[in-house]
Amino acid sequence: MRRVYLDNNATTPVLPEVLEAMRPYFGEHFGNASSIHHHGQETRAAVERARESMAALLGCRASEVVFTSGGTEGDNLAISGLTDSGDHVITSTVEHHAVLNSCKHLAAQGCEVTYIPVDGRGLLDPADVKRAIRPNTKLITIMLANNETGVVQPVAEIGKIAAEADIYFHTDAVQAAGKIPIDVNKIGCDLLTISGHKLHGPQGVGALYVRKGTRLEPMLHGGSHERSRRAGTENVPGIVGLGKAAELAVAGFERGDDCADQKMAATRDHLERELLDIEATGLNGEGAPRVPNTTNIYFDGIEGEALVIALDLKGLAVSTGAACSSGAIEPSHVLTAMGLRPDRARASIRFSLGKQNTTEDIDFVLALVPETVERLRELSPVWPRTAVNR
Amino acid sequence: MLRSETIAVAMSGGVDSSAVAAMLRADGHNVIGLTMQLWNQRRLAGHEGMPESVQGRCCSIDDVYDARRVAETLGIPYYVVNHEERFERDVVRPFVEEYLAGRTPIPCSLCNNHLKFDQLLIVAQQIGADKIATGHYAQVVFDEQLNRWLLKRPADKSKDQTYFLFGLTQEQLSRTLFPLGGMTKPEVRELARKHSLAIAEKPDSQEICFVPGGDYKRFLEAYLSERGDTPTEIAGEMVTTDGKVIGEHAGVHNFTVGQRKGLGVATGSPLYVIQIKNDTRQVVVGKDEELYSRTLRARRLNLISTAELREPIRVAVKIRHRHQPAPATIESVGLDEVRVTFDEPQRALTPGQAAVFYDGDTVVGGGWIETSTQ
Repeated sequence: MRRVYLDNNATTPVLPEVLEAMRPYFGEHFGNASSIHHHGQETRAAVERARESMAALLGCRASEVVFTSGGTEGDNLAISGLTDSGDHVITSTVEHHAVLNSCKHLAAQGCEVTYIPVDGRGLLDPADVKRAIRPNTKLITIMLANNETGVVQPVAEIGKIAAEADIYFHTDAVQAAGKIPIDVNKIGCDLLTISGHKLHGPQGVGALYVRKGTRLEPMLHGGSHERSRRAGTENVPGIVGLGKAAELAVAGFERGDDCADQKMAATRDHLERELLDIEATGLNGEGAPRVPNTTNIYFDGIEGEALVIALDLKGLAVSTGAACSSGAIEPSHVLTAMGLRPDRARASIRFSLGKQNTTEDIDFVLALVPETVERLRELSPVWPRTAVNR
Repeated sequence: MLRSETIAVAMSGGVDSSAVAAMLRADGHNVIGLTMQLWNQRRLAGHEGMPESVQGRCCSIDDVYDARRVAETLGIPYYVVNHEERFERDVVRPFVEEYLAGRTPIPCSLCNNHLKFDQLLIVAQQIGADKIATGHYAQVVFDEQLNRWLLKRPADKSKDQTYFLFGLTQEQLSRTLFPLGGMTKPEVRELARKHSLAIAEKPDSQEICFVPGGDYKRFLEAYLSERGDTPTEIAGEMVTTDGKVIGEHAGVHNFTVGQRKGLGVATGSPLYVIQIKNDTRQVVVGKDEELYSRTLRARRLNLISTAELREPIRVAVKIRHRHQPAPATIESVGLDEVRVTFDEPQRALTPGQAAVFYDGDTVVGGGWIETSTQ
């Protein structure tokens, strides 16, 4: 069966160059990067090269990059590492669960958390963030790009507000990295989370940008790795892969192709336009700036879960929002925060492109989705029949 | 089946449904494995004396894991579909309400009617499957002469589940397969072993899937307390059949017709619950002989082997799952209601249970027991 993968916000395939870059580190270059002998020196050098590549992607110093096991760890480290009981934290209603549940955990430990709402487009108002600041506000954590809708928040404005109030600002950039250019100084953030497998790197590795001078309490205690910010023997192959993926992303931006708004956005826009041509559909996040690879569309009258399964059986991989293999009972918290009624939230599908998708892939989607939606609507008791009395 | 069909198999992670998936796959059909996520086993954990951790029972993480592994072994696609809301609305809530009303419910029948053979059929259609197949021990066959789909008892009578399937409609039966209908349990296990399914030795689950450990009273209390719904006035009187008050009870839901233990009253001879009067909150107790009755009324009928009951017919009737079908005459007494007159008085006719009518191995139909009369 021909399989087309349009769920790149869940994870991306490792690019061939990334795999090639990693391969020697499963083979002849296996040393522990902290060992003083030749084998350690080799892998230490590879880790530091990767660090430079990541720094180039983010516009920061290499010493400000901490390698982690991924986005969730990065978010957890940023949030728990800066706060103490009695602190106040400001976040939003549309964050990834890694941020939301970290904040919930903080609340249970004696912190106060304010959740800034978003409007119908999925955007929050920086003025709301400013209004929420209290004397004991220690941290503002607002995501750069949303995983479900691709909506990009006005992080630079929030960065300014945070700087003026001398409050730490963390942004979860997991879904933005590699898709849009990131510059930590333009954003004005103190911390920023990256996940390798969202930018065609391997799963199980990520990075956290920590601005020089930020006092971060580590979560993992042990050796003095990562300048004592994150203990644990480095995942050398993973880090090398992440570094290569970052390098390829930077090269892409410099060339002005793919990910940097150009070709990717055009392909996504084409897909979006055609799908929105189907009756009783709409775009979630309309009117908001978005990363160039994501489109989240509701199809009234159908169950998103059933549509995803029906499409998968025909070879197309998409999702109803955040990846989950056992069917969550509540509709997406992101779509709900944007004001979608539950049945519409449950009827929403996320299509997210990756570097490897071709125009043939899009043709495949457009040949399959409309007829599947129509078939499901015909089976639906709530969908009006195409009868004379309609 | 002659041609290859797309069949959705309801997989519970148990031996029976796993064997079904294996059989249909081996027959060359396009099999899709589905598990319905119906009840969050962790929801009431720790509430009001409920066990803290619940080990695998119906759509628990363990069961889904098992089903997924079987699907992987067989090389079939596998999905979990969530219908917790509908299950709570159509099975759990009625279960609780029935007990509070002094009746003894059969959640498995409601689950079959609303989830397994309704919601699952909808999902199957949506994903492009022509039919569904389950691991129920029953048989479905199309009778050319009658021009009807018939539900029949399986080869292994000790595993007969037709009692819980009496509510199936012609539409539902036409799109359902029961591949285990002609097999015995040992044969099914052997088949699972032959296909190298890890679950071949998994023990059967006998209890109500959402009541771990079988303690339905604790479940009721936990569920009601979780919803802030604990009714305040539920205590009442224990009375004899001639109306004499002989004690008190803490709620009619603690009793079922025929119950002997836990009555809280002692007299010379053994006493049994004869009747539960919900309107007066009285539990009527009496002697064993008073438990016997020759007639009952069954409502909300579902007829399978025939379209309607134009005249009285002779059948064998089961009044609970573990009951030997008893010869009786059934006749229609109004819209959707039937009077069952047994040849011999039957013990403990229980409102809330079903009366299922058999003609030999064929399920004629059934209804819900409302009242019994001497």
